Amino acid sequence: MASILRCRKLRYVEPVKCSTLGLESLETLKSSDKAEGGASAVVVNTINRSLPGKRRRRPTNDWRYIDWYCWMVGYLCTTWWLLLLLSHFLSGFQAPESPGSKLKREGLKALHPVVLVPGIVIGGLELWEGRPCADGLFRKRLWSSSFTENFRRPLCWLEHLSLDSVTGLDPPGIRVRPVTGLAAADYFAPGYFLWTTLIENLAKVGYEGKNLHMATYDWRLSFQNTEVRDQSLSRLKSKIELMFVINGYRKVVVVPHSMGSLYFLHFLKWVEAPAPMGGGGGPGWCAKHIKAIMNIGPLFLGVPKAVSNILSSEAKDIAFARTMAPVVLDSNFPGLQTLEHIMQVSRTWDSMMSLIPKGGETIWGDLDWSPEEEYNCDSEWKKNLKASSRDQSHKTNISDGQLGFRVKESVKFGRIISFGKMASKLPSSELRTFDFKDLSCGGASTKSNSSCGEVWTEYDELSRESIKEVAENKVYTATTILDLLYFVAPKMMRRANAHFSHGVAENLDDPKYSHYKYWSNPLETKLPDAPAMEIYCLYGVGIPTERSYVYKLLPSDQCRHIPFRIDSSTGGNNGRCLRSGIYFVDGDESVPVLSAGFMCAKGWQGRNRFNPFGISTYIREYRNKPPTILFEGRGLESSSHVDIMGNVALIEDIMRVAAGANGVELGGNRIFSDIIKMSERINLRL
Amino acid sequence: MSILRRRKASETEKASKEDTHKETKYKGVEDEKKDKISKRKVEEKKKKWSCIDSCCWLIGCICSIGWFLLFLYNAMPASFPQYVTEAINGPLPDPPGVKLQKEGLTVKHPVVFVPGIVTGGLELWEGHQCADGLFRKRLWGGTFGEVYKRPLCWVEHMSLDNETGLDPSGIRVRPVPGLVAADYFAPGYFVWAVLIANLARIGYEEKTMYMAAYDWRLSFQNTEVRDHTLSRIKSNIELMVATNGGRKVVVIPHSMGVLYFLHFMKWVEAPAPMGGGGGSDWCAKHIKAVMNIGGPFLGVPKAVSGLFSAEAKDIAVARAIAPVFLDKDVFGLQALQHFMQMTRTWDSTMSMIPKGGDTIWGNMDWSPEEGYACNPQRQRNNETQVAGQSGTEGLSYPKRVNYGRIISFGKEVAEEHSSKIERMDFWDAVKGNNLGNTTCRDVWTEYHDMGWGGIKAVGDYKAYTAGSILDLLHFVAPKMMKRGDAHFSYGIAENLDDPKYNHYKYWSNPLETKLPNAPDMEIYSMYGVGIPTERAYIYKLTPAAECYIPFQIDTSAEGENEGSRLKGGVFSVDGDETVPVLSAGFMCAKAWRGKSRFNPSGIRTFIREYDHAPPVNLLEGRGTQSGAHVDIMGNFALIEDIIRVAAGATGEELGGDRVYSDIFKGLGSLILWETVDGVSEEDMHFSLLPGLGEMNKLI
Repeated sequence: MASILRCRKLRYVEPVKCSTLGLESLETLKSSDKAEGGASAVVVNTINRSLPGKRRRRPTNDWRYIDWYCWMVGYLCTTWWLLLLLSHFLSGFQAPESPGSKLKREGLKALHPVVLVPGIVIGGLELWEGRPCADGLFRKRLWSSSFTENFRRPLCWLEHLSLDSVTGLDPPGIRVRPVTGLAAADYFAPGYFLWTTLIENLAKVGYEGKNLHMATYDWRLSFQNTEVRDQSLSRLKSKIELMFVINGYRKVVVVPHSMGSLYFLHFLKWVEAPAPMGGGGGPGWCAKHIKAIMNIGPLFLGVPKAVSNILSSEAKDIAFARTMAPVVLDSNFPGLQTLEHIMQVSRTWDSMMSLIPKGGETIWGDLDWSPEEEYNCDSEWKKNLKASSRDQSHKTNISDGQLGFRVKESVKFGRIISFGKMASKLPSSELRTFDFKDLSCGGASTKSNSSCGEVWTEYDELSRESIKEVAENKVYTATTILDLLYFVAPKMMRRANAHFSHGVAENLDDPKYSHYKYWSNPLETKLPDAPAMEIYCLYGVGIPTERSYVYKLLPSDQCRHIPFRIDSSTGGNNGRCLRSGIYFVDGDESVPVLSAGFMCAKGWQGRNRFNPFGISTYIREYRNKPPTILFEGRGLESSSHVDIMGNVALIEDIMRVAAGANGVELGGNRIFSDIIKMSERINLRL
Repeated sequence: MSILRRRKASETEKASKEDTHKETKYKGVEDEKKDKISKRKVEEKKKKWSCIDSCCWLIGCICSIGWFLLFLYNAMPASFPQYVTEAINGPLPDPPGVKLQKEGLTVKHPVVFVPGIVTGGLELWEGHQCADGLFRKRLWGGTFGEVYKRPLCWVEHMSLDNETGLDPSGIRVRPVPGLVAADYFAPGYFVWAVLIANLARIGYEEKTMYMAAYDWRLSFQNTEVRDHTLSRIKSNIELMVATNGGRKVVVIPHSMGVLYFLHFMKWVEAPAPMGGGGGSDWCAKHIKAVMNIGGPFLGVPKAVSGLFSAEAKDIAVARAIAPVFLDKDVFGLQALQHFMQMTRTWDSTMSMIPKGGDTIWGNMDWSPEEGYACNPQRQRNNETQVAGQSGTEGLSYPKRVNYGRIISFGKEVAEEHSSKIERMDFWDAVKGNNLGNTTCRDVWTEYHDMGWGGIKAVGDYKAYTAGSILDLLHFVAPKMMKRGDAHFSYGIAENLDDPKYNHYKYWSNPLETKLPNAPDMEIYSMYGVGIPTERAYIYKLTPAAECYIPFQIDTSAEGENEGSRLKGGVFSVDGDETVPVLSAGFMCAKAWRGKSRFNPSGIRTFIREYDHAPPVNLLEGRGTQSGAHVDIMGNFALIEDIIRVAAGATGEELGGDRVYSDIFKGLGSLILWETVDGVSEEDMHFSLLPGLGEMNKLI
């Protein structure tokens, strides 16, 4: 069956292939066949005239379209199978040695239990109770795996994935729960691996069910709500304690990915907090149970992508949602208002708000300044093209050289959202500022609903005037972006405010910081008292990553509920940072280096107020090297946000730590990007 | 294909006609040239339209039809099959979950499932070369695709080490965790799925349901040694109790899971190095009820035939999985030998050997089921309780069957009076003179070590009771039983306070352990009745046993009349197709009833029997009233009972005992039989039925 499916895919994807087969006889046969079977007499005549004699009474009389169709399909299938077979054998010969078997030969053995914490969008969700339209889907996956339901009954599917827009928990009558176990996030869709490679390699040195655990949670909920509804945090705690005991009192190594790093940060605080709000593990819990936290592609300080996602649902590739349902997510699908639907659903997901950039202008830069300001896009692109063998000094030399003879116009990355390209470049003195409080939130255009289906977004409650005002405000930094979001999505932000905080703490001893809403913000919490613990930041670099956006205001339209859109017509000259409305910096395609590396590079470095007990931190960067041949699939040295999970160097690092190595033995920091320089520019009191 | 060929033929004909036609008509030189070119073209085309093209055409055709059907299938609304069923059968009754939800039941106690033997999935974590690409794929459960693709490799990976009973070197096969481990055994063959779906209706979800998956091939204590499974179950139960506001769990073991959970209850309270160190009140604090489904508390006779000759085709559900593979004479591949070799490395099968010896299972002349007749079955169903009266049964008084002789060689032996059977002791028989290993390829079974002398000696002993069956197994499979002895015990305890009973090998035998001190706990025994169940076997020696297992069930042995209990060499009694009523019900009906030495704290026990009613028609699938060992998991009455208890009901609220079989009357009616024979009740009690006397003393 699988092969048939594959064939079908092939048919959809490569309908052109029949013409590239190179069999001219086929082509001619086909054309004459068409001529004779078809209704158009003109064509027949022309062919008759061009061909001598009675060739029109050719033996192909019996051949009909259906035969041709069958023939073609059969041909394509066979070729496809042959190719598949070939690639199967070839890959069998060419497969390089996996890090697992390499390290096994070195004598590494499973030592510390490993806990995997998946990120947003990655974990599977399954239905436990649903409306009548979801009949027969009990305990079937709604999210991840094949997404077939998505296509068969899209509205029903969206309804079941939404949460309640007031409480942020289940809507009545619907229970969608995370899939448990390793199967939850090993593959996202068939063939699209996530944790599989890592799990497979760990298994080679002896890991199995008793010392490998996937901490699944419902990634749509806010972190504290996963405990309220599913007791996910309690389960994780109990699981870690159990693994600690049954593996001979060896501490665990935690490997969070993407949003999982925030989730685990939350867990660290939760587990030591006293019982009603926290897990009651006592202040020594982390020191006793955790050896190392190896964050893969962490987004400690949030991602700018989250803003554009909330504002206009346009972050097509937050994590990799892009790959999953390209048709549905494409914005211009006629008539279906898909974007509005998506927005409505994703705004009920509290976890999205944990990704909003944290630390405000101190971290992300203000109107005139940003930590990345010396970032040179040109050199960055070139570096991508060439092999990554160039060392650090060489690269900086080149970019210095370029700076010398070219007037560098610094990009104002700090303006995360600007309306119009001009606004993104103007000096700050020419910008006008205003207060959101002056705006009237009138429900002006609520009547338009009837003509446009039943999609409702919060934009309907905003009057056209106030939307215009928003656009006229021109630019928003990481701090003012919060006000903007408050304005356009008040309900969502009200929920978010109860669960997340995005500021920088003045005084960490303030008792208010014992509230759970601060736990997932590294700038408002102290790390636990666990001096022997290690924190790693493992992330990819060398891929342009979204950092700030140029927006435009859409003309008023009855059925367009989202009035803002990324202005994809704007673009810099070739090689600039601005491309189709988006300014890019260095990162792993989703997370800018700043967000991934800053805490390890500076925020927690040494002993400071965020890290009062001196937990050692390490940065391990992995430079992108796209796959050289097709057989390699998604690459063994890729560094993009998700594909990095298959990066051989990263896997090796994780396995060494799991087998007992510490950060120093691993080789300490391994840095390719400008993260140190950037961090130095950030003026944060430590 | 023939159509294709014909078409081609007509093509060539036409072409040749055309050619002749053309030659007569065209005379100009240029025209001829053109003609030649075009002819060549035509020929080329003809050549190209060869076999390959027809193949392509065929494949394309099949593919397209396949897609079309697939498309139709996908486009079909999910409720379609149900709609058809309802159209034919009339509206279905509400599933119990929906019914009870309407009654207002909601989730209360967390639920723990303990799957039985064979039903849990196993997946590969590390394997030999031949199993490349199967990492974390299911070797057991699921589609069993690998069994067919690489059978020898599969057998190799499913086997355990012959000495230790643990992993062979370089192979790690581990149980699948989570609810998926045993919800479906194979696609479409549910085990726990129906129960899970119904529980979900009243609000259960993964935080309140837990599947205690374990590697069912290992001995119970070894699951802890290798995987720490018992510790994990303990920790999970503790977690569920803590996160559900201190509400105790309801445990639902099925089949061998019953024994596994017995083991767990002893393990968890035992002190730390050997046990779980939970303290003596752990069970009282954490467990509300244990609802055993089809529990083989005292073992099953089927296990004996399984170990002896690998012929228990349907031990649990193995029959359903791979009928081809398990059938004997396929391809001459010695499948049975391979299978036997594999199963003999599985320690867990030894936990199912009948326990309690002659006292429970009967001796040469006596057995507790004596009065059971196969045909009164239906009568009993009709007349319900009246059937127990002596009047009716006096008429259809059947010949006595000596069920106590679990294995007998020859039908005569099975029926003869014990004094007439001459038995030769087989222990002295000389083992040796290896039967030619070489001719039998490399399949090895322990029978090869026995030699012909040993085999003959076994046959000469004629009849084996539950007690002597152990000696037999020790004789024919010494290696296996050596492992078995370290992990299981099959006797009856004389003095339960003897410190030796602290050893883990006694924990899964209900006759050698005390129940925990948890007076509030409830134990249910829920099982199906009304299906003939294997109880005793007639064996024969296979002639010229070069490459075969030397013993075989004598399938030619049939009873005289239709109502006979002997069919195809197997004597059957009432039960659920796998477990006889005696094994499933005895503990709850008698040994644990009230306060006894096996149940010192007086845990209340309840018996819930479910009379088998086969599905009315094919559309109903495996039936909603089935009593068969595995299909009972879809029995609506059973599911309703479980849901009620999980939602907080006690055994009394459920209606106490619900009995169809003779489990309570068993002993009483027995006395009746003997009175008819002219022996006084009391004489019978103490002299004629020594077994029964012992049985009573026991308690």
